[in-house]
Amino acid sequence: MLKNLVSIFLGFLFGLGLAISEMINPQKILNFLDIFGNWDPSLLLVLASATTTTLISFRYILKREKPLLSDQFETPKKNKLGVSLILGAIIFGIGWGLVGLCPGPAIASLSYFRWESIIFLLAMVAGLYMDRFYYSIFARR
Amino acid sequence: MENFTPIEAIIGGLLIGLSSSFLLLLNGKIAGMSGLASQLHSSYKPENLWRILFLVGLIFGCWVFKSSGAGLQEIEITGSLTLIIAGGVLTGLGTRMARGCTSGHGVSGIGRLSFRSFIAVPVFLGFAILTVFTIKFLSGL
Repeated sequence: MLKNLVSIFLGFLFGLGLAISEMINPQKILNFLDIFGNWDPSLLLVLASATTTTLISFRYILKREKPLLSDQFETPKKNKLGVSLILGAIIFGIGWGLVGLCPGPAIASLSYFRWESIIFLLAMVAGLYMDRFYYSIFARR
Repeated sequence: MENFTPIEAIIGGLLIGLSSSFLLLLNGKIAGMSGLASQLHSSYKPENLWRILFLVGLIFGCWVFKSSGAGLQEIEITGSLTLIIAGGVLTGLGTRMARGCTSGHGVSGIGRLSFRSFIAVPVFLGFAILTVFTIKFLSGL
């Protein structure tokens, strides 16, 4: 119960952060990515501010034996570079550059009741499924 | 750089960083938005509830800030239907293959000093910048 309350509250906090920093607005993202145009460095500061926070806090958090409300930390175990990491990052980068929406803001943008958000999210879910085809064809393991 | 909003970017980034920190400290989970979304579509499990709640909170947080009158009242999603669908599919596929997006790799992965994230982040940022540049170049022809 407490964990669920924590989830909804921290989701709220994350959403507030996206809204305050205007990362919710695809045009603001595109203005950041357009480094040769009228560049808006805001996203860089958002990332810097967020990662400064996590770089400091995670050091202490991950020294603990376990989280406060759970039995174990569920952090990714993978630590190897692979084709799918690089190829995936390239594919995601192209998709991000086309519209200016990455998964967090895409979901959060539902709060603006725009049909574009719904189309984008449906396409994103379709993309998530395609990953299975990729693995069944190229990366049998 | 007339659209640069440094104060809002730092405050928003801090909230995003704090949300990610407390999710790890309390529940032991990584606040990765593409991961949250992708776990939802794979067979329903009771432990998916926290993911749904986090995303509900995410949308609600944006909505509250917008409704308070402080935030953006409108977001700008440009691009044709084809572009939005292509962007969504590539974002879904790419983030799933790379096992993370701007939040999972960008905020939490860097915070964990994950080697994979230090590779993924510059790759997707670089390709997003390249994509925006290419679109601008092609539309200028």
